[in-house]
Amino acid sequence: MRTTRIAAAAAAALGIMLATACTTDAPTEEADEATTEEASGDEWFVQADYDAQLAQRDVEPEGDPATPWLQAIEPEWVDTAAFAQEGGNATVCFSNASVSNPWRVTGWITMQQQVAVLQESGQIGEFRHSDAGDDDDQQISDIQAFVDSGDCDALIISPSTTATLTPAVEAACESGVPVIIFDRGVNTDCAVTFIHPIGGYAFGADAAEFLVDNLEPGSKVLALRILPGVDVLENRWAAAQEIFADSELEILGNEFTGGDAAEIKNIVTQYLQRGDVDGIWMDAGDGAVAAIEAFEDAGAPYPVMTGEDELSFMRKWQETGMTALAPVYSNFQWRTPVIAATMILAGEQVPSEWVLPQDPITEAERDQYLEVNADMPSLHYAKFGGEDLPGFPEAWQDR
Amino acid sequence: MTRVRELLLRATNPTATVFVLLVFVFAAVFVKNPGFFEGPSLMAFLKQAAPLVILAAGQYFVIVSGNFDLSVGALVGAQVVIAARLIDGEESRTFPVMAVMVLFGIAVGLVNGLITTALKVQSFITTLGMLLVLYGAIRLWTGGAPTGSLSESFRVLGRMGIENVPVLGQIPWALVVMVAVGAGSVLLMRTRFGRVLMAAGDNDRAAALSGARVDTARTLAFVLSGVSATIAGVLIGGFAGVSAQVGDGLEFTVITAVVLGGVVLGGGRGSVLAAMAGALVIEALFTLFNQFALPATLRPAVQGAIIIAAVAYAARRRTRPVPTATATPPTATASPTPS
Amino acid sequence: MTSLHKPRLQKPRLGTTALIYLALAGVLVVGGTAVALDGGNLFATATIVDMLTRTSLTGFLAIGMTLVILCRSLDLSVGYTAALSSLVAATTMDGQVANIPLAIAAVLLVSGLVGAANGAVTAYLGVNPFITTLGTGLIIKGYLDTQYKGPAGDVPAVFQQFGYTRLGPVPVSTVVMLAVAAAAIWFLRSSRTGHHMYAVGGDLDVARMSGIRTGRTLMTAHILCGMTAGAAGLLLAARFGTGSAEAYTNLYELDAIAAVVLGGTLLLGGKGGVAGTVAGVAILAVLDTVFNVLQIDPFAKDVLRGVVIITAVAIYARRQLDRHARRPRFAEGKAS
Repeated sequence: MRTTRIAAAAAAALGIMLATACTTDAPTEEADEATTEEASGDEWFVQADYDAQLAQRDVEPEGDPATPWLQAIEPEWVDTAAFAQEGGNATVCFSNASVSNPWRVTGWITMQQQVAVLQESGQIGEFRHSDAGDDDDQQISDIQAFVDSGDCDALIISPSTTATLTPAVEAACESGVPVIIFDRGVNTDCAVTFIHPIGGYAFGADAAEFLVDNLEPGSKVLALRILPGVDVLENRWAAAQEIFADSELEILGNEFTGGDAAEIKNIVTQYLQRGDVDGIWMDAGDGAVAAIEAFEDAGAPYPVMTGEDELSFMRKWQETGMTALAPVYSNFQWRTPVIAATMILAGEQVPSEWVLPQDPITEAERDQYLEVNADMPSLHYAKFGGEDLPGFPEAWQDR
Repeated sequence: MTRVRELLLRATNPTATVFVLLVFVFAAVFVKNPGFFEGPSLMAFLKQAAPLVILAAGQYFVIVSGNFDLSVGALVGAQVVIAARLIDGEESRTFPVMAVMVLFGIAVGLVNGLITTALKVQSFITTLGMLLVLYGAIRLWTGGAPTGSLSESFRVLGRMGIENVPVLGQIPWALVVMVAVGAGSVLLMRTRFGRVLMAAGDNDRAAALSGARVDTARTLAFVLSGVSATIAGVLIGGFAGVSAQVGDGLEFTVITAVVLGGVVLGGGRGSVLAAMAGALVIEALFTLFNQFALPATLRPAVQGAIIIAAVAYAARRRTRPVPTATATPPTATASPTPS
Repeated sequence: MTSLHKPRLQKPRLGTTALIYLALAGVLVVGGTAVALDGGNLFATATIVDMLTRTSLTGFLAIGMTLVILCRSLDLSVGYTAALSSLVAATTMDGQVANIPLAIAAVLLVSGLVGAANGAVTAYLGVNPFITTLGTGLIIKGYLDTQYKGPAGDVPAVFQQFGYTRLGPVPVSTVVMLAVAAAAIWFLRSSRTGHHMYAVGGDLDVARMSGIRTGRTLMTAHILCGMTAGAAGLLLAARFGTGSAEAYTNLYELDAIAAVVLGGTLLLGGKGGVAGTVAGVAILAVLDTVFNVLQIDPFAKDVLRGVVIITAVAIYARRQLDRHARRPRFAEGKAS
């Protein structure tokens, strides 16, 4: 009897809602038109993107090399006069995917320091952010909350996954707020600007080419990867496979490590037990030092190796004098979005796709970067690009 | 074939399954790569397996007394990060910081234990909450990514060993620690404390009625788990250094290991030796996957199928005929229908 | 010891659910005050929409989880099932509106089968549900990792409405979730199988002896739990516009378990209900929104969440103890 009453009440409530609240706001009515071409991502290697990224590595970027975060490769400038606002003091909102790895932590500090400068100058008033903890659904809610609040003069989004955030980003664009995407992209070009370094193919190719150039034909290479299914990481590996396929290197295997140092050391140790490993390719530098230590502990000669511009790896590289390369996924890109926001709100032109330079650190440049970052913690990134910000170096030291 | 089956059937003790499994996995590794059983590579295997085996011993105490400890993975991670931040590369700080770590491990175990026993919060929730608190607090403290670095002397236990041993090459300190923890745990389970722990998991009311200090024993079990996580943290940090992901997901691996060892979730049954063997099986399984070059993406699926099969196999033997002639009055739980 | 207590048993039960809604009100008041002090308004339409949206996903998962937990079981595979379901949905739809009914049927079938596998292994092979569902989760993970290198499939715009449309301030997904919750409440209170679930969770042996087919009851709970995870997967697909294998990395299962326990259902089974679970889900959603509005550091969020969950359960346990003070012998034994 209780239940029937509840059921009746529920039905009544539902009816009332349906009758009174016909104001369904449907933010995605045009969603599929924009996405049709990118649909179904089973094809994980896109030849055109691969070729474009590899070519971009050799293009001289526009702008001052001293401020790489303001440089742009082959920019197509778009007019933003429609978004121009008087008087500065803008409210800028930022939906962050997460700060769940050292690369993102470093970038997030840099962004906050950059914001402090812009707040000082009065261009930004309030800076709001939300953190989705790597949860796509959470980030969709975060973006919706920013849009619904109506307080944001500009919305910066660092998407946690490319395809899944597309509908939410489109809804944000339709609300009329200028949207700035950075790091990973989305399958729509509705944002005013999309800021990113050259990309995953270039990263993976830089690393793979280095191994091909520095190893004898027939050498054995082990690939260490973080996780499966993450698009930006899959791109890195896809590019490497492409290059390894044309070489005479033997790929022993590709293993997922979760970025956990202990796991990396276990895996490398096991490969060393079964035979020689001459080269290590990594899709990200987390835990690279553990891989090197596995060679030390097994008494094996150092491999030719590619890591990332994480300081722990670069310091170990300097200390051991091994043959290595630090491919870079430019961390300084975290400065660009907030600057872009102020440019857009001032009505200045920005590139519609803002491709930042992405140059690996070679042995020749290594010591210079290590010297500049001598007091930084080991999980800091050499190309963080915040040396000229007022908070340097304390902000990055005491995290 | 039939003789093998007979032999298997004769092992009526469900904990025997794990040793049979261990033999099978090692046999498979041997077939693929006989070189695995040469001294140095076997020692390397035991060195990397040691932390999980030690964690399994700690988790065993908690599980056998009828609880869970989901916070060990986060605690291992926290300990490594604490060590790196406090030592910050200074050799002289190594031992004071290790002392701090032990105290921290005890404190976490004590909090887990007291919340579970005194506040009557189910351990699943207590330790899930602790997992969240540790995970968040440690990152809050370090700003998201570990800072500082470990000293060389801190890393000795996890990375080094007794050198130049004939045949074996190097006996890792981690193996020595593992054997010591194992022996200590076996002895501990033979004391009165061990019996109380077992009784607490089997039937806590009966144990309490017979005058046993059930709550104290259970709390101590959590403390032991905290200490084992500290030791495992020292070994893992020593083995591989600091990284942001240290310890992630270890809690599920270690509980799986203990259950593979024939220890019953809910408490009261199983041996600590078998629990540690369960951890060895898991590590051996990972080695096996590697030896057979099984595609990395497929490994979780095979692992999942194997643990379900192994536990189902053990459960079948255990639950053969359970004569429940003595019926308890069924009225006691006449389904309390919600109003 | 029994018939005497029956009336006493029922009253405090009502009390527990009331207590949880009281807790929800408390969280709202405290959160609202905190936000107001910060210069915001927790009860602005935008924030309310945000709160309600956050309840949907965990809501679906937690409803199913309540059923299995009532049976003294557990399902750690729901996050993986939801991820799998989102892919089944998106790839079956493949951008075609006409395929939507087929996709929904396929999702419910696949997720129901996962639940059935969980139930069968747990009930008939005697494997602890913790291991069963951890194992099936790993199996699904292996399948997803091998099969999909990223998001796949395409959800037509019509179905994306399920994730984005609102009726006034209430998202459609929340309405559907509440309807499922109402159905589950009805099921537990008025159906025979529902009653059996309480009995099975209360005491398996007693339930078996009083003629309940315990295996079948447990199977039903797991199948329903799988299907609600399937519904969560449909919602994910609608929100993402595609299917995503990576959704399993978010540990939705732990969120769902936390919500169920916050809602006053005993992890040991036999006591609790879906009405409490809905409040538990709402409490977590309110906390998330408040943390977000107050710009609390993401790591501090984890700490606060952990503390809130432990504290809430400790309070429930306190009440439970008071009620069971009728067992002086054991209380004494424990205190010694």
